[in-house]
Amino acid sequence: MTTRIRAALIVLGLLTLLALAAPLLTPWSHATLDWQNLAAPPQLAASHWFGTDRLGRDLFARGMQALRISLALGLLATLVSVCIGVAWGATAGYLGGRVDAAMMRFVDIVYALPYVFIVIILSTLFPRGSLAALFIAIGAVGWLTMARIVRGQTLVLRRREFIDAAVAGGVRTSGILWRHIVPNVMGTVIAYGTLTIPQVILFESFLSFLGLGVQEPFASLGSLINEGAQEMESSPWMLLVPAGLLMALLVAFNALGDALRARLGSAND
Amino acid sequence: MLAYTLRRIVGLLPTLFVLITLSFFIIRLAPGGPFDQEQALAPEIRANLEAAYGLDQPLPVQYGRYLAGLAQGDLGPSLRFKDFRVTELIASGLPLSLTIGLAAAALAFLIGVPLGAWAAWRRDSAGARTLMNLSLLGVVLPGFVVGPLLALLFGVYWPIFRVGGYEPGEVSFLVLPVITLALPVTAYVARLTRDSMREVLQANYIRTARAKGLGSRVVLLRHALRPALVPVVSYLGPAVAFVITGSLVVEAVFGLPGSGRYLVQGAIDRDYTLVMGMILVYGAFTLLCNLLADLVYGWLDPRVRVA
Repeated sequence: MTTRIRAALIVLGLLTLLALAAPLLTPWSHATLDWQNLAAPPQLAASHWFGTDRLGRDLFARGMQALRISLALGLLATLVSVCIGVAWGATAGYLGGRVDAAMMRFVDIVYALPYVFIVIILSTLFPRGSLAALFIAIGAVGWLTMARIVRGQTLVLRRREFIDAAVAGGVRTSGILWRHIVPNVMGTVIAYGTLTIPQVILFESFLSFLGLGVQEPFASLGSLINEGAQEMESSPWMLLVPAGLLMALLVAFNALGDALRARLGSAND
Repeated sequence: MLAYTLRRIVGLLPTLFVLITLSFFIIRLAPGGPFDQEQALAPEIRANLEAAYGLDQPLPVQYGRYLAGLAQGDLGPSLRFKDFRVTELIASGLPLSLTIGLAAAALAFLIGVPLGAWAAWRRDSAGARTLMNLSLLGVVLPGFVVGPLLALLFGVYWPIFRVGGYEPGEVSFLVLPVITLALPVTAYVARLTRDSMREVLQANYIRTARAKGLGSRVVLLRHALRPALVPVVSYLGPAVAFVITGSLVVEAVFGLPGSGRYLVQGAIDRDYTLVMGMILVYGAFTLLCNLLADLVYGWLDPRVRVA
């Protein structure tokens, strides 16, 4: 298990480092056109290590810029949806009764709706290509699973003696939630949170693939894959580069999340 | 059972209503409108167009009209595809989308269940382990990555199947889309079957069956399979939902004229009625599949049956 976690962390660390350091590593930016090298295969000569696209833009620079968006959005949207999910789930689970029924009924209804549609509808709300729109659209559906999991855990915790002790000691409900419930569900939250990151990244790429997400001149792994798929017969690297990056990212995050869930989950359940 | 089924179907209506209402108002809030073009229309023409489609009315009135049309099975006129009703557009693409989707779902369960059962039976063999590691990859990778790669591999470098320029009736075009769509579902079904089969194989009645001298094949097929299928069947609903939404991507990747493109194109063009129609049809389908899975679940596992 630990080797798996370590391998995943190394891959993620390398990708993050590469994405952040990319502007220092390559003379090209995501938007500069190189008229001498249109749709050029990967080469050392003009420092197009991953080749260029049809407009002569460097795929390494574009790939890394897309990676930065994926990582930033993945982490931020996950953070937001974890916060909402934990607050919602812990409150519903702790208060119980009618409040719980109403809150979870809401989650159930939104859950029953196909989430791709919700994200597509929400993404139309904002000017095309605004990152805030993506962020809100993805965050709006990302918290549901977390709310359910946290509620389940809270229902169990609520009957424990230390909660009774806190109630008897006169701690207010908000204090109990914040000081006693939330720290105790943290292990599970971290494990599932890690699994939320690749989902968010996938969502963003999916929307961008469909043309609803990140817009030119910026690139997303999804939009790069879409462009690459159209040119794959003549220039397969345009497809293979972003597809490879996205695969590495998704596999690493999922492996990490699975391993964490196996370790942290068993300690808590 | 019939009464219960009917009650459950009626129970879907509120959810569907929420879906309709939410999407109706949210998409109207979106900036831009269906008549935005490169060259702006003259204000008079625009006003006429809006009046013709009833878009000049206040929102609640439009909403009421839409619901009234819906009650009669009319999804309204498309705002962008001139002279087409939304119903016609969706009906033209839906058969292809459904064919791909249902073929993929069927394929996934027909292959995934035996693979998973086999992996549980031969749990310590190298083959089973490799299979399960591969299935993890299958679960993780999205269709819009797998699809183009498959097309590159089997359509371009090693042209077994045809890709691009779909001709109706040619099955060769549909093989790769169906595989792309089926792959993650197959992988997930295999993992589910393996896990639940492992659990079932440790139950007392399996030990009894073995003790009375039944061969392991008979034990597996006759005693273990049906209870092991319960969680797999409950995944049927989400799987079909996944396959339907996945067909959006697969149709885009392989250039198939299914109905999926109408959702995305409609959202980009602000073709309100088209988007609404797509969401309604696909949404209702998803909800029905979930319901169907629940009902089959009760049949497989008498404990969850509701009187």
